[in-house]
Amino acid sequence: MLDMVTATPPRVRMHAISKSFPGVRALDGVDFTLHPGEVHALLGENGAGKSTLIKILTGAAQRDGGTVLLDGSPVDFQTTGEAQAHGISTVYQEVNLIPAMSVTKNLALERVGGRFGIISWKKARELARSRLARLGLDIDVEQPVGSYSVAVQQLVAIARALEDGTKVLVLDEPTASLDALETETLFRVIRDLKVQGIAIVFITHFLEQVFAICDRITVLRNGRLVGTATTPELDRHSLISMMIGRELGQVEAAFAAKSDVEPGRAKLVAKGLGRKRLLKPFDLTLHAGEVVGLAGLLGSGRTETAKMIFGALKRDSGDLTVDGRDMRGASPRRSLDAGIAFCPEDRKTEGLVGELSIRENIMLSMQAKSGWLRQMPRREQERLAAEMIKALAIATPDAEKPVNQLSGGNQQKVVLARALASQPGILILDEPTRGIDVGAHAEIIILIRKLCAQGLALLVASSELDEVVAASDRVVVLRDRQKVKELSGSEIDRDTIICVIAGEYDCQE
Amino acid sequence: MNRKYLPLIATILVFLALFVIGGSMYRNFLSTLVLGNILADNSFIIIAAIGATFVILSGGIDLSIGSMIGFVGVCMAVLDSMGWHPLATAAVMICFGVLFGALQGYVIDAWDIQPFIVTLAGLFLLRGACFMVTLDSVPIRHDFVNAYASTSLPLPGRGVLRSSALVMLAALALAIFIAHFTRFGTNVYAVGGDQESARLMGVNIRRTKVGIYALAGFYSALAGVVYALYTSSGYPLAGSTLELSAIAAVVLGGTLLTGGVGMVAGTLFGGMILGLISTLIIFNGSLNSAWIMISSGILLFAFIVLHRFLVSSFDLRGSS
Amino acid sequence: MTARNNISALVGRLGRHRAIWPLLALVLILIVDVIISPNFFEIRIVEGRLFGNVIDILYRAVPTALVALGMAVVIGTKGIDLSVGSTIAICGAVIAWRIQAGDPHLVILFLALGVGMLCGAWNGFLVAGLGIQPIIATLILMVSGRGIGLLINQIYGGTDPSFESALLQGMSTGSSGYIPNRLFLAAGLFILLWLAIRRTALGLFIEAVGGNAAAANLAGINARLITFLAYVVCALLTAWAGVILTADTHTSDPVSVAMYIELDAILAVVIGGGSLAGGRIHLGMTVVGALVIQTLTTSILISGLPPEYNLIIKALVVLLVLFLQSGKARASLGRLIVRRSK
Repeated sequence: MLDMVTATPPRVRMHAISKSFPGVRALDGVDFTLHPGEVHALLGENGAGKSTLIKILTGAAQRDGGTVLLDGSPVDFQTTGEAQAHGISTVYQEVNLIPAMSVTKNLALERVGGRFGIISWKKARELARSRLARLGLDIDVEQPVGSYSVAVQQLVAIARALEDGTKVLVLDEPTASLDALETETLFRVIRDLKVQGIAIVFITHFLEQVFAICDRITVLRNGRLVGTATTPELDRHSLISMMIGRELGQVEAAFAAKSDVEPGRAKLVAKGLGRKRLLKPFDLTLHAGEVVGLAGLLGSGRTETAKMIFGALKRDSGDLTVDGRDMRGASPRRSLDAGIAFCPEDRKTEGLVGELSIRENIMLSMQAKSGWLRQMPRREQERLAAEMIKALAIATPDAEKPVNQLSGGNQQKVVLARALASQPGILILDEPTRGIDVGAHAEIIILIRKLCAQGLALLVASSELDEVVAASDRVVVLRDRQKVKELSGSEIDRDTIICVIAGEYDCQE
Repeated sequence: MNRKYLPLIATILVFLALFVIGGSMYRNFLSTLVLGNILADNSFIIIAAIGATFVILSGGIDLSIGSMIGFVGVCMAVLDSMGWHPLATAAVMICFGVLFGALQGYVIDAWDIQPFIVTLAGLFLLRGACFMVTLDSVPIRHDFVNAYASTSLPLPGRGVLRSSALVMLAALALAIFIAHFTRFGTNVYAVGGDQESARLMGVNIRRTKVGIYALAGFYSALAGVVYALYTSSGYPLAGSTLELSAIAAVVLGGTLLTGGVGMVAGTLFGGMILGLISTLIIFNGSLNSAWIMISSGILLFAFIVLHRFLVSSFDLRGSS
Repeated sequence: MTARNNISALVGRLGRHRAIWPLLALVLILIVDVIISPNFFEIRIVEGRLFGNVIDILYRAVPTALVALGMAVVIGTKGIDLSVGSTIAICGAVIAWRIQAGDPHLVILFLALGVGMLCGAWNGFLVAGLGIQPIIATLILMVSGRGIGLLINQIYGGTDPSFESALLQGMSTGSSGYIPNRLFLAAGLFILLWLAIRRTALGLFIEAVGGNAAAANLAGINARLITFLAYVVCALLTAWAGVILTADTHTSDPVSVAMYIELDAILAVVIGGGSLAGGRIHLGMTVVGALVIQTLTTSILISGLPPEYNLIIKALVVLLVLFLQSGKARASLGRLIVRRSK
């Protein structure tokens, strides 16, 4: 069956695609082909380039280099409307529908309209029902689409995306909010579409689903193509390896000096920390001078764990003690006072205040700690900023520039600078090296190692497995929002961790 | 039952409750006579509020409504003194309203300036234009005014639907048609509900926004015509702070100020609630106009809090 | 070729400093004034007081400037306060009422300020506590406030809410030396506000909350508290403006006092470079914005143009400043110029 599919000429052929944004190379020479009737999985961690590639395919962004061929002819979509007109439709992860509007209206929007733009709702309703019936869905089309479960919303979005003449359907994380039964329904729909010759791009981080429904798999990492293979050719282990492993090199040299320092006293003790639907209760202890890595795939609960320990996410259950003090009613301010600092994963939405200067962003937590009345003297602010800029090699001639003018990697450094500025005893980092070039990685790791030698306890959540392996004294492995296993000492190596994530048995080799 | 009807139902209930309260307090209150009078007195506010409903549904705001009413009024009066027929001037002024509104919509989208500020400038421009036309009230003397005033439709009971009310009802019918039976109307709801999604779904945001403000301009101008004929004069200060009443009518009518939810029909009831409050307070000789403002504020507060918790319970991201 | 590039580069760089435009606007208007009326800047001393157009502008701009300063703080948190006019009405009514009741005037002053802050606390509660959108939340007090003022006027049954108060009127209309007292008052309040915003961390916290509330929270700032305080500060400054305006007319007129002051205040903030989307507070430039508005009004008066032109010219100047501040608009103008020169 698969041979038949790949034997037909490709519907879409993307070749040597590259795209850069200020400061970051989102895509670098990526190839991607799609055959009619195939379900093609596109995998990669955040920042790997998946969404950029899809945006280029669907006309939401323009490529810098490379070619895109649709049925053999070159195309250059300037708008999503153009792509849609050529038969390429997308259903986004956020299910871009209008929640307050009825299902009928969502399906009719910009698709239905007689003379003078007058809509016959009777016809629109019939059309909606028949479109949904084709997907096996029978619901009250007059209810607001937002009142239905995400699974249903997704099917509605797919129904909308499917016009007569749709050739390519892109599904972006379609099963992220679905349960097993709903996922099966979706798969049935996908199989029906396959038979009709529609090519489907399936973006997901659920590996079992990839093996269940997809014909071929493409893996991207850091903007580059790692490889494309047919599903039978791969197994879980090698797939995970493609996604989060990487060639050590320059980075390993920096890690070679992992110290054999004995972990000091327990600085932070978490018992039974959890929150309904977000995190199953877990225990965790951080010792002075120790690096603990949080490993797991996207959606495993890394960020939630980090935030809960910092007090940015309220817990339902459990206790948290820092330096012997009970942290009841945890909040970021209380954590800062207790000597905990945090670097969030998404610098744009949670990390930096764009219009404020680099200096102001760096000293913000320090100022929050000392309260509103005691303003940090300007000279001290400038000294602090200069010190941090030097220590982290932030590329800027001027600490007064608004931080949103910096490149992504430098912005990330500013977030880190703020955390380090408060001279914490415990530092929590969520994806600290995302968007930072390899050379800077090493600098930052060396700096942090120095701090650990001075007694800093470090918790790092990361999808860069090799860095986790090289830097951590202990590794906590998460899967499906649950702490699954804790590894230490010689147990820590890439294969073992991948094995634990993959859920295989008997991982100690 | 569709949850989106809840705000409208709340509005209608409040309206009925107020009406019944009035009936229990005063003889002859529960009559079509009172109803007809409320409609006639508040027609122009309701017409303006209908236009404002479209704007607010799309997530915007229009502060120039009141000034448009004043400007239309003085122009009609001046043109009347030059011998024009009121219907002709009405047509001209309505065209002007549409163009002015379209211009506001264009500036809002093309220059990316907040609707609050742009329509605020519009408010100043039009009000200033009023004063440039005339500083004093100018009467409209054309015979048409009398014919217009005497046109009415009898209601069961002693009530009468006067011409202003008839125009308002026709305007309302048109608005309901546009909002619920045309592509444009669906687009308005889409833009207000989730502008980004609407854009991704193919809605032309620029064209929709220009259309929305043009429509609001149409209704403001129409309200100005109705007001001018009702008072048979053009007064440069007419409509001052009316935009406030219009917005209150829209909110009381069940439309969320955040956009995307609400119905034009609700604005009718919202406006009538405002009218009822005034009437109730006037009927009661001992209370005075201060209570009109205060009770409007209290009602607004109640509705806004109700809406706030409806929206959060709406949590329209599905059940997870 | 290079000259044009240089100039456009310079304009580009200057244009990015939003502070340029209000000052430029003010200077331009003053230049036009001098052209129309060569002795515009003349200042005379009459009966121990300074008189002149410049003094007049400063004098009349004080209430709007005070409200604008408060508005700037609120706008910094990505909010807005439409109820300032109503707050002034309420403060005025309280003043008239307590004077009738015979309270000491100094106590009344503090009472009025306290009542104002209460209004601010109400708004702050709605926005920070209940999470209601600022434009909607402040609409409630805007609609009902003047009614509350009228009600207070009626408490003492008086039909004539006018009063005499040496203290209050002295502050509002009197002068010390040659300079009107209210200018001292305004300057003092400005300095206090500036100290509170720039010499403590409050300004930074407000700008952080307005710029990115989520990031501010993670950095350890209590965003809700800061937002609440912003509305209280705004109401306090507004109450001062209310004291000045009420004492000026020696009467409480809740219906028509400070009509449209919220609009002028918002305009002053925007002209001064503030963005309704929150972020940087420009205290000094906000005052300049208020001066621009007042200068326009005065200029139109002396130019002999009928005062009806006031509103139109105000609107056009505002649109012009907004146009120049809008990056998108500048870009399309730039494209237009380039096309023309080809």
